[in-house]
Amino acid sequence: MRVNFKVNGRQQEADDVWEGESLLYVLRERLGLPGSKNACEQGECGSCTVRLDGVPVCSCLVAAGQVEGRDIVTVEGLADFARQRSESGCASGACGTSLQDAQDWQAKGTDSQTGEGTELSAIQQAFIDAGAVQCGFCTPGLLVAADEMLERNPNPSDADIREALSGNLCRCTGYEKIMDAVRLAAARQSEAV
Amino acid sequence: MASPSGTPTKITQGSRTRGGIGESTLRPDGTLKVTGEFAYSSDMWHEDMLWGQILRSTVAHAEIASIDTSQALAMPGVYAVLTYDDLPTAVKNYGLEIQDTPVLAHGKVRHHGEPVAIVAADHPETARRAAAKIHVEYRELPVITDEASATAPDAILIHENRDDHHSRHVPHPNIVHRQPIVRGDVTAARERADVIVTGEYTFGMQDQAFLGPESGLAVPEEDGGVHLYIATQWLHSDLRQIAPVLGLPEDKVRMTLSGVGGAFGGREDLSMQIHACLLALRTGKPVKIVYNRFESFFGHVHRHPAKLYYEHGAARDGRLTHMKCRIVLDGGAYASASPAVVGNASSLSVGPYVVDDVDIEAVALYTNNPPCGAMRGFGAVQACFAYEAQMDKLAAKLGMDPVEFRRLNAMEQGTLLPTGQPVDSPAPVAELLRRVKAMPMPPERQWESSEGADLRELPGGLSNTTHGEGVVRGVGYAVGIKNVGFSEGFDDYSTAKVRLEVVAGEPVATVHTAMAEVGQGGVTVHAQIARTELGVTQVTIHPADTQVGSAGSTSASRQTYVTGGAVKNSCELVREKVLEIGRRKFGSYHPAWATAELLLEGGKVVTDGGEVLSDLADVLEGETVEVEAEWRHRPTEPFDLRTGQGNGHVQYSFAAHRAVVEVDTELGLVKVIELACAQDVGKALNPLSVLGQIQGGTTQGLGVAVMEEIVVDPKTAKVKNPSFTDYLIPTILDTPTIPVDVLELADDHAPYGLRGVGEAPTLSSTPAVLAAIRNATGLELNRTPVRPEHLTGTQLSEG
Amino acid sequence: MDFLRPASWEEALAAKAEHPTAVPIAGGTDVMVEINFDHRRPEYLLDLNRIGDLSEWEVGEASVRLGASVPYTKIMENLRAELPGLALASHTVASPQIRNRGGVGGNLGTASPAGDAHPALLAAGAEVEVESVRGTRRIPIDAFYTGVKRNALAADELIRAVHVKKADGPQQFSKVGTRNAMVIAVCAFGLALHPETRTVRTGIGSAAPTPVRAKTAEEFLNAALEEGGFWDNGQIITPSVAKQFADLCSAACNPIDDVRGTASYRRHAVGVMARRTLTWTWESYRGDRRTIEGAA
Repeated sequence: MRVNFKVNGRQQEADDVWEGESLLYVLRERLGLPGSKNACEQGECGSCTVRLDGVPVCSCLVAAGQVEGRDIVTVEGLADFARQRSESGCASGACGTSLQDAQDWQAKGTDSQTGEGTELSAIQQAFIDAGAVQCGFCTPGLLVAADEMLERNPNPSDADIREALSGNLCRCTGYEKIMDAVRLAAARQSEAV
Repeated sequence: MASPSGTPTKITQGSRTRGGIGESTLRPDGTLKVTGEFAYSSDMWHEDMLWGQILRSTVAHAEIASIDTSQALAMPGVYAVLTYDDLPTAVKNYGLEIQDTPVLAHGKVRHHGEPVAIVAADHPETARRAAAKIHVEYRELPVITDEASATAPDAILIHENRDDHHSRHVPHPNIVHRQPIVRGDVTAARERADVIVTGEYTFGMQDQAFLGPESGLAVPEEDGGVHLYIATQWLHSDLRQIAPVLGLPEDKVRMTLSGVGGAFGGREDLSMQIHACLLALRTGKPVKIVYNRFESFFGHVHRHPAKLYYEHGAARDGRLTHMKCRIVLDGGAYASASPAVVGNASSLSVGPYVVDDVDIEAVALYTNNPPCGAMRGFGAVQACFAYEAQMDKLAAKLGMDPVEFRRLNAMEQGTLLPTGQPVDSPAPVAELLRRVKAMPMPPERQWESSEGADLRELPGGLSNTTHGEGVVRGVGYAVGIKNVGFSEGFDDYSTAKVRLEVVAGEPVATVHTAMAEVGQGGVTVHAQIARTELGVTQVTIHPADTQVGSAGSTSASRQTYVTGGAVKNSCELVREKVLEIGRRKFGSYHPAWATAELLLEGGKVVTDGGEVLSDLADVLEGETVEVEAEWRHRPTEPFDLRTGQGNGHVQYSFAAHRAVVEVDTELGLVKVIELACAQDVGKALNPLSVLGQIQGGTTQGLGVAVMEEIVVDPKTAKVKNPSFTDYLIPTILDTPTIPVDVLELADDHAPYGLRGVGEAPTLSSTPAVLAAIRNATGLELNRTPVRPEHLTGTQLSEG
Repeated sequence: MDFLRPASWEEALAAKAEHPTAVPIAGGTDVMVEINFDHRRPEYLLDLNRIGDLSEWEVGEASVRLGASVPYTKIMENLRAELPGLALASHTVASPQIRNRGGVGGNLGTASPAGDAHPALLAAGAEVEVESVRGTRRIPIDAFYTGVKRNALAADELIRAVHVKKADGPQQFSKVGTRNAMVIAVCAFGLALHPETRTVRTGIGSAAPTPVRAKTAEEFLNAALEEGGFWDNGQIITPSVAKQFADLCSAACNPIDDVRGTASYRRHAVGVMARRTLTWTWESYRGDRRTIEGAA
């Protein structure tokens, strides 16, 4: 079957999709967006988290056919998504992302091989700075989930952070540096306001 | 054939980072990893590639009566279906030390999930459907699942006609390896004991549960060879095992390290490497294989489950008199790293304590259970769980404080291990215990808030099982010792190629090793070492591949020591060459070129007094200096097969933990409130990464204390929980704050005085949590993981 | 496999009538796992995501009509007052990502004894609104679960909504898992006080082939509360009554040993949860009474 939907602000079309394919498979194998990760494919680890019409979901549990006409943000588009959110005057969060907003933004093209000079969102930079990245396999899903939490709750308590990220498994870090990273991103965002 | 997408590229770090060793510089691959651009092995993609699928045995022990692949081969979109009969050479087995593992099953399967046939097709679903159409007829055999069934006189032999080097000294062919260690006179020492405690302990089968599944892409090459992009812990060890099976010389099997989504020992053995190469060579097309999580549980070895029988004695003053133990490790169907696990378990079975009179035996079994091998801290982890439980029992019996009791018996520099080897570097065991005990305690009843109980802070969490009812706090301590590096006479070396050149007027160092970066941050440290040794800012990390010599494994806490040491060594050799060039060019202009100790700093050649002699760019001026050299740590010796004596280890790592837990004693649910750690790291090359290793290792230890276990049905030897739904690892709500106190007492034998960091925290974390739960409940708890059933007396079935 | 994408409820019913083996997919949290792991290859997948009506709810006089696909996150956030037991249960469902997709319709359709919504629906009292091209019917929740992963739906029927009685008293939900988040129930317990009818209802999850009520325990407690005048005097429930209630709840279980827990643990844990949730709800009822009396 054919599926048309928007990914990171761009209209995409996937052809010859087998009906049992997940959104995750289509993103990774058909659209060249392997940033969302395939760690468990049963909704237990959160590594494949993307935003579906603004809402964080496990893309492994969304059937490809279900995203027809809908809007997806993946880790590859997170920096642009965050920048456009902040330019639209909502850097402090608490305003969420309306479906309209989610559909109106456009991702900027990046083709970085080394990553040098890449513009990052606050949460991405904080993950690097705080040492929250080791093997990095859980990182994309955590970033999408953490970014969305900070959008809703710009000043989270530690328990809030833990609750919001309880669907994202990490095997390397023991989560301490991930906690540090989210606290750091929250602090930087509140300073920036 | 064109390069696939996802091919790793050089990463240059420098414009924003200046740091050398000792600084918390940031990961060079950090930006790629947070933007989703970093390519893991499962992200590799090639035009026209096929998908590989493995058919695995549905039973644990059986003769294969027949395999019929005709229906699978007839399916449209299927390019190849291969079985044992299709293997191209006489080499049909592989293995780390003993080549006992069939590439594809021949005549017999020995464990649940063993590969029987492989398929390549144009879509993963086609490959799955085809695999399902392969008909395999099994004639089931009785299963061997424990020591009694393995060593019974009439036991079926898991491997007939063994001729490996351990087969000559084991008491039964179903024992992979046996290591006794005898020192002093236990019988006499036992007489001096005022108290004796014994215990029988069980350690469950833990899974590495790395998040990135086994995966890779094999691309056939025009010269008849193959290029494998792979996530592994040791490229050259893979190569050594792959090439003979393919019938190719090693230089026709090119290997490049893809992004690795965690390892923890689980990628030390081969998984899909040979299968992907076979399918690529057969079809002439690139073949990608990606395990799903279910398959991953069958695709790699696990931590050895163990039974441990201990006896300790102590005098009334608290001094240990003797120790006897017997450690039975279940290696499962294939040997993997079992011999080394036996070596670690036996030689470290006393723990970091002074005990002169010991009688030790460790064995690893062959059974029909899942194969077990390397996992973080292997051998030492299982022993630590048991000897630390013994220490608490002894302290209780003597009426002593458990920490003071341990400190009284703690080893120090110069103490002899049971193998007779002196510990020849600092062993601050008593100090680590003192430090971890001195850390402030977390507040009591932390769940209470003005709005009532915060469920997230209570056992059970948001599942709303308690608002404080039944909740009892407990505190426990543990300490452990882990060997660093490969032991027992293994030639443990690494290779580094370092180049220094001037690019756009600025000196740039390039570091090329075959070290597998699995997340530990080796690449960060290599850049730091190059900056420190060569005085440059910009360092390029070359992708790891087999175009450079072996780096050894990313395991045994060894990479910063050994490949770090190799990078340091090659940098020093580069520096010597650069200075030679400088002397040749500029020696006549300044006497210091000949007389002073010269360093490279800030892009310049300087004297040890700080005087600048030249810009590095002027010295090099179009020349490139490159050195590839091997570097090895001090040699070790095998343990004597009868007495266990021998200088088997090169370095040790020590960590201590204090666990604070809250237990809902009625429901048997546990919340770990805090897991404080003190560890000696010799020298923290990158303090941020050191903390990451300690906190990550601590959490894996927590996991196996309260939730992680692969459950194998003893009647069928089949795995009952191969999924993340039923094999649980700690979430962020299960993981407490982990305050860390880092001690840096240099090991003068090691580069910069460093000590391997990664494994020690995994050892003591588990027994500390268990001790805290015992403290809260008063229960004996001789197994890990501890389940709600064990805390509520409901472990037996009703029927 | 065919992927059917009805744009309206009527189209969905027609599709289900034409293809009774079609597997409905909404949040995907059960169906996609089965597909990803090759446990199921349905001939047709029937996507319900495009039917907006399924994600809506209406709060009426006596009950809430909850669309089958209203995500658990919305239930937690918006229906805490009306459906406190179900809101608590929703909060224990898997992870935030799953709660954003999954709804009660999926729990009911799969009818796994481990579904988190069941004990809360049993305790609150609910009816399942199902429809086919033949017409609509409402199935009482007590009659809905017919066996292990089996329910009372006919092959051509789809679940449209659940009608849950608005809480007239305190409700609680507890679930035991071997992890502090993101865990499938080893067993679960729901309890609702219904002061208007002076009754107590329960629901037990994962401790019998289907979700069940502990009816003998309810009857015992109803009688004991009535006899002791507890509903009027608001006294603390006698420990012996609470214990007897807990024991009867344990006795209502018919659990199995599996990799998640032993049968005897499940029976034990249900008893503990029954006692605790009774204490919490009763304390809350007493507190509410005092507040009302104080205000009057």
